[in-house]
Amino acid sequence: MRAKATTPHFERGPRFQLRAWLLRHLQTLFSALGELTRSPLGTAMTAGVIGIALALPAGLYVFLDNVQAVGQNWDGKVEISLFLKDQIDDEAASRFALSLHKRSELRHVQLITRAEALEEYRQLSGFAEALNAFEQENPLPALVLVEPTLRYAQPEAIKGLVAELGRLPAVELAQFDLEWLQRLHAIIHTLKRGVVVLAALLALGVLLIVGNTIRLGIENRRAEIEIIQLVGATDAFIRRPFLYTGFCFGLLGALMAWLLVEGGLWLVRGPLAELASLYQANFLLASLGLRASLVLCLMGALLGLAGSWLAVRRHLRGIEVG
Amino acid sequence: MIHFDQVSKRYQSGHEALRNVSFRLAAGEMAFLTGHSGAGKTTLLRLVALVERASRGQVLIGGQNLNRLAHRKIPYFRRNIGLVFQDHRLLPERTVFDNVALPLVIAGARHQEIARRVRAALDKVGLLGKERLHPLTLSGGEQQRVGIARAVVNKPPILLADEPTGNLDPELSREIMGLFGSFSNFGVTVLIATHDIELIQRMNTRTLVLSKGCLVDD
Ligand SMILES: Nc1ncnc2c1ncn2[C@@H]1O[C@H](COP(=O)(O)OP(=O)(O)OP(=O)(O)O)[C@@H](O)[C@H]1O
Ligand SMILES: [Mg+2]
Repeated sequence: MRAKATTPHFERGPRFQLRAWLLRHLQTLFSALGELTRSPLGTAMTAGVIGIALALPAGLYVFLDNVQAVGQNWDGKVEISLFLKDQIDDEAASRFALSLHKRSELRHVQLITRAEALEEYRQLSGFAEALNAFEQENPLPALVLVEPTLRYAQPEAIKGLVAELGRLPAVELAQFDLEWLQRLHAIIHTLKRGVVVLAALLALGVLLIVGNTIRLGIENRRAEIEIIQLVGATDAFIRRPFLYTGFCFGLLGALMAWLLVEGGLWLVRGPLAELASLYQANFLLASLGLRASLVLCLMGALLGLAGSWLAVRRHLRGIEVG
Repeated sequence: MIHFDQVSKRYQSGHEALRNVSFRLAAGEMAFLTGHSGAGKTTLLRLVALVERASRGQVLIGGQNLNRLAHRKIPYFRRNIGLVFQDHRLLPERTVFDNVALPLVIAGARHQEIARRVRAALDKVGLLGKERLHPLTLSGGEQQRVGIARAVVNKPPILLADEPTGNLDPELSREIMGLFGSFSNFGVTVLIATHDIELIQRMNTRTLVLSKGCLVDD
């Protein structure tokens, strides 16, 4: 059209275009941030709601990770009981214990002879009188308590070790209370699934929160949007600030969630260390860590972007001029 | 530059706002569009700016048939048309400078380029000292001139104005019409919808008269 001839020509080299593009995005980002700081209370409230919604699954996840770590590093508390056969006398028992000492997968071996077992039982059970009736015949077997090295203390490895020790000729029964560990793992597994479901629901909540906030923003700027449409703004130009605002909301929410989780961990850490020391356990509550923190921020930002995108798609349609 | 060929516009309500309107406006020509209230003046301007599309007939702008213009090209098309509204349609939260700069920002102009052109446009309408002010602190006439500066800042070949002097005193109205006249002298095609018969008679300019959607006088 002839109009083109008189249309202003702006400089249009590829390098200039890239720079202009970058500049435009940066400008939009900063103006979105500026917009957010203009109503600090409203921004803080929206970011706070998003933060709580994100902190819940993130916090639960950290908690479960810690519980799992407890199960895996039950340091020094993994003990296998080897009940020896009846016919093994004290001398044979101590020879057997010595042979166990040489095994590399065990780091501690303790022999409890039949007499010691009886004595211990007397003291612990309070059935001293009843047991005196057995004076002639000690009903308790000799027992060897072994402790595997760390590597063999893992849930899977220890199963094989217990079976192997149980096959030794001197051993009547090798027992290890695996069940509590397996149960713990099963529970954690279930709970982690639950956290995923919860996280999905709360993510949906974040989408709705951001979507609604952006929708209100669009409604408030209806007149402005109409005007810039009339002076030739493309849909992308109109959409951009809202997308950036949603992105910022999501990111702010994620930072808020991070603070909530880390703050919670900080509060719990002291008392928990005390509790652990009562059990002679040396336990350190792990925090979110770099990777999980980054994932949290990324999820927040993406959810914010997605929420605003949905709102923009749905509500800018209605304002179309022409 | 503007060519209407048997154009009719029927709104969704069923009301026929324009009926078989045909006229041509050459590049650099200036014309008034007048008629009673509800005659279809705004509707005609909206067809030119592609805010509405014709129900029948063809609108050609600079040789471009608007019936065939794809939806996604509308924004780029609108950058060739400066629009002036009776109610100014300025952004109250932005300064005069930012309001005038809007079309350039949208078109992705360079920073220095924007500053230079905005000053030139504000100079033309006599508001150079007021760029840092907000529109609501200006008088009605000044706001209207800000609107005009925004409409011409990217030098569009076509300028449309819908009752630009609607609530200004006669002195100011004449001044603003003079401004439009000077744009047309620079080659801009200008079409102005107005009720102000007195002003039109004094200006001795081509006048299109609408009545009930029909073009009755040219
Ligand atoms: N969006 C719309 N939907 C339905 N009818 C409309 C619409 N816009 C305008 N009309 C009708 O079309 C007719 C022409 O309207 P238009 O706004 O073009 O008149 P006008 O000449 O600009 O009047 P005025 O001098 O009062 O501004 C009117 O009868 C109006 O009611
Ligand atoms: Mg009108």
